[in-house]
Amino acid sequence: MQSTAHNFKHNAHDALRDANLQDSLSKLKVGFSERRRQAAERLPEFEALRDRARDIKNHTLANLDFYLEEFERKVIGLGGHVHWAPTAEDARRIIADLCKSVGARTIAKSKSMISEEIGLNDHLEALGVEPVETDLGEYIIQLRHEPPSHIIAPAVHLTKDQVADTFLEHHRALGFTKRLTERNDLVAEARQVLRQKFLDADVGLNGANFLVAETGSSMLVTNEGNADLSNTLPKMQIVLASIEKVIPTLEDAAVLLRVLARSATGQESSAYTTLNTGPKRDGDLDGPSQYHVVILDNGRSSVLGTKMQDMLRCIRCGACMNHCPVYGAIGGHAYGWVYPGPIGAVLTPQLIGVEEAGNLPNASTFCGRCESVCPVRIPLPGLMRHWREREFERHLTPRTVRQGLSLWSFVARRPKLYRRLTGWANQLLALFGRGEGRYRSLPLASGWTRFRDFPAPQPGGTFHTQWARQRSRTRP
Amino acid sequence: MKLLEDAGCVVEVPPLQVCCGQPAYNSGDRASTKAIARQVIDAFEGYPHVVAPSGSCAGMLAHHYPGLFDDDPAMKARAENLAGRCHELMSFLVDVLGVAKVKARYQGAVTYHDSCSGLRELNVKQQPRTLLGSVQGLTLREMKTPEVCCGFGGTFCVKYPEISNAMVGEKTGDIAATGADTLLAGDLGCLMNMAGKLQREGRAVKVRHVAEVLADMGSDAAIGENR
Repeated sequence: MQSTAHNFKHNAHDALRDANLQDSLSKLKVGFSERRRQAAERLPEFEALRDRARDIKNHTLANLDFYLEEFERKVIGLGGHVHWAPTAEDARRIIADLCKSVGARTIAKSKSMISEEIGLNDHLEALGVEPVETDLGEYIIQLRHEPPSHIIAPAVHLTKDQVADTFLEHHRALGFTKRLTERNDLVAEARQVLRQKFLDADVGLNGANFLVAETGSSMLVTNEGNADLSNTLPKMQIVLASIEKVIPTLEDAAVLLRVLARSATGQESSAYTTLNTGPKRDGDLDGPSQYHVVILDNGRSSVLGTKMQDMLRCIRCGACMNHCPVYGAIGGHAYGWVYPGPIGAVLTPQLIGVEEAGNLPNASTFCGRCESVCPVRIPLPGLMRHWREREFERHLTPRTVRQGLSLWSFVARRPKLYRRLTGWANQLLALFGRGEGRYRSLPLASGWTRFRDFPAPQPGGTFHTQWARQRSRTRP
Repeated sequence: MKLLEDAGCVVEVPPLQVCCGQPAYNSGDRASTKAIARQVIDAFEGYPHVVAPSGSCAGMLAHHYPGLFDDDPAMKARAENLAGRCHELMSFLVDVLGVAKVKARYQGAVTYHDSCSGLRELNVKQQPRTLLGSVQGLTLREMKTPEVCCGFGGTFCVKYPEISNAMVGEKTGDIAATGADTLLAGDLGCLMNMAGKLQREGRAVKVRHVAEVLADMGSDAAIGENR
C-alpha cells in the first residue's frame, strides 16, 4: 500500500471536514469504549489477566526463535508447509507462486492486516488472480478501493447510506437492483453475493490471531464465520501471519483470547474461534488438501532486544484506537498507511521508516488512555517518545521546532535568566491584555490563537514574584 | 499555599527551581531534559515533600525522571528519591495529609475535568471531588466524559492546531452540556486550553484551578477573565 503518512497534517485537515466520517466517528468513540468498560467490569480478574497476557508475550518474544522453530516442526509433522518471508516482497512472491501452482483464478480471503501490509491484493490482481475479501467490512472497502480505517472494523469510517450506495453500484450487474436501507438487508445481500465466491475459490487465505507452537495450529477469531468457509472449502489454505503471532501453548491462547475480545468489542469472546491444524487428514470429511503458513518478518526482528520490542506484544485488538482522542477526531485514513491510531504511530515508523511516518508519533497528546486500556500493557506513549527521540537525534524534527526548543532549554538551564525572562513576559502580557483579559491573536502564537483565545496573566507578577513579595512582608 | 499552610505545612519555594523539562522531554531532546532534571533534583534536595499544583509536572518528577538516568546509577538514585517525595497537590492533601474538608464557599455549579497526567500517572480522581464536596454552596455536575483529553498536550496544541481544536471543541461542548457555570481542573495547560476555547466560543463559563475554589479564593478573577 502506498503510504501518505508524510501527508498526515493534510490528511487530518480533510478528515476533520468530512461530514460522513465525523458522523461515523461520533458513534465509534462512545460505543467501543463503553462496551470495553462494561466487559472489564464484569470480569474481576481482568486486570490480572492483562498482566498474564503481557508476561506470555514477553516470554515468547524473549524466546521467539525457539517457538517459531517449534511451530514449524509441528506444522511439517502435520503435513503442512511453513514459508519464511523476510520482506513484504518475499511474502507476495511466495503467495503468488502458491496460487500459480494450483492454477488459482479466485482466492477467498478472510481479514488479514498482514495482507494489507504487504499489498497483496494489488499484486494478485496484476497477476490475474481475483482476491475476494469475505469479511463484510473488508468486502465493502474492497468494492470502494479503499484501505481499512481500523484494524478490526475496516469500514468503520462509512455510514450505512454510503454502504447502500456502494452495494447498489456493484451488485446491480448481479441482479440486485434495489437500494437497501436496512442494515440486515445489506448484510443478507452481501452474504448472497459472497456465497458463490466461497464456492468458486481455488485458494483460501486468512490471517491468524495466534500461531500455537505446541500444536502447530493457527488460531483465528471472527464474528462472521467467513474464515471458516474460506479455510475449509478451497483445496489450498494459506495462513499469512507475522513472526510475533506465535505463542507457546493452547493454555496461553486461552488467556490471550479472554483479554482480546473484551478489549476489542467488549464481547466475552468473538462469535467464532477456529483452530486450523494442518491439512485434511485421511477420513476427514472436508478441509484443504494443502496447508501453507507464510510467516513474515518485514523488519520486526530488528526491534527484538531493543527498547522498542514492547510493540511486538500487540494482539491487534484495536482498543488503543477506540480510546484515542486523536483517532477519534480524524479516523484511521489520516494516518496514511495500514495501522492507524497509537499502535500505528509506533509500528508504522518501524515498518516504513521514520522519515516517512515521523508525524505519527508526534501527533499525540500523551494522554495515556491507550496504555491504560492495552490488554498487553504496551507503553504506547513511551514508545512514541522513543521515536521522537530518534527523530531529534537524526535532525528530522522540523527546524523551527528545534530552534525554538534549543532557545527555550538554554534559558531553562539558567534559573535566574529564566525567572527574569518569564517575569518580563508575564508583565508584558498582563499589561497589553488589560481591559480584555485575553488575547485574540499573539505574534508567534498563531497555532494557539487561530482557534483559542490566550488568557492574559492577572496583574501582580509571576507566582515567584508574588511569593517573594509576600515573604518580605511577613518575614522582614 | 493557603491550602498547604491551613493543613499545617511549612511551605518553601526554592528560588532556583525551573520548569520540569517536559517540553524538551516530549520533543525528543533527552540531553536538555537531563540537564534540566539535574537542576530540579538539586533545587528540591532535602525537602520531605515536593508538591506541584499540576498533575503533569508532578507526573514528570514522579514517573519520568528516574528513567532518564538509567546510565547513571548515582543520579538515578537521587531521581528515585525525589520521585518518592513528589506529589500532586490534591493527592498530597487527601492521601498524605488526610484532609477531608476545607473551609470555603463557592456559589454555583461546577464541573471537573480530569487532567490526563494526574488521572493516569498519579491516580488523581476522587481526591478533588472529596474536597469539593465540602465547599459550601457548590454543586458538582459531571461531564459525560471528564476523563477524555482536552487536546492540549503541550506542544501538540500548536504543532497540530486543527486536531487539537477538534478535541477541545468536543470538550467545551461536553462542559456546556452540564450547565455548570464554572470549569475546574488541576493542570494549568489544560485550563488555559479550555479557557481559551470557551472564550473564543463566547461561552460564559468561568475557568479556575481547583485549588482556587478550595482555598476560598473563588471571587478572584478567573482565568482570562477581564476585571
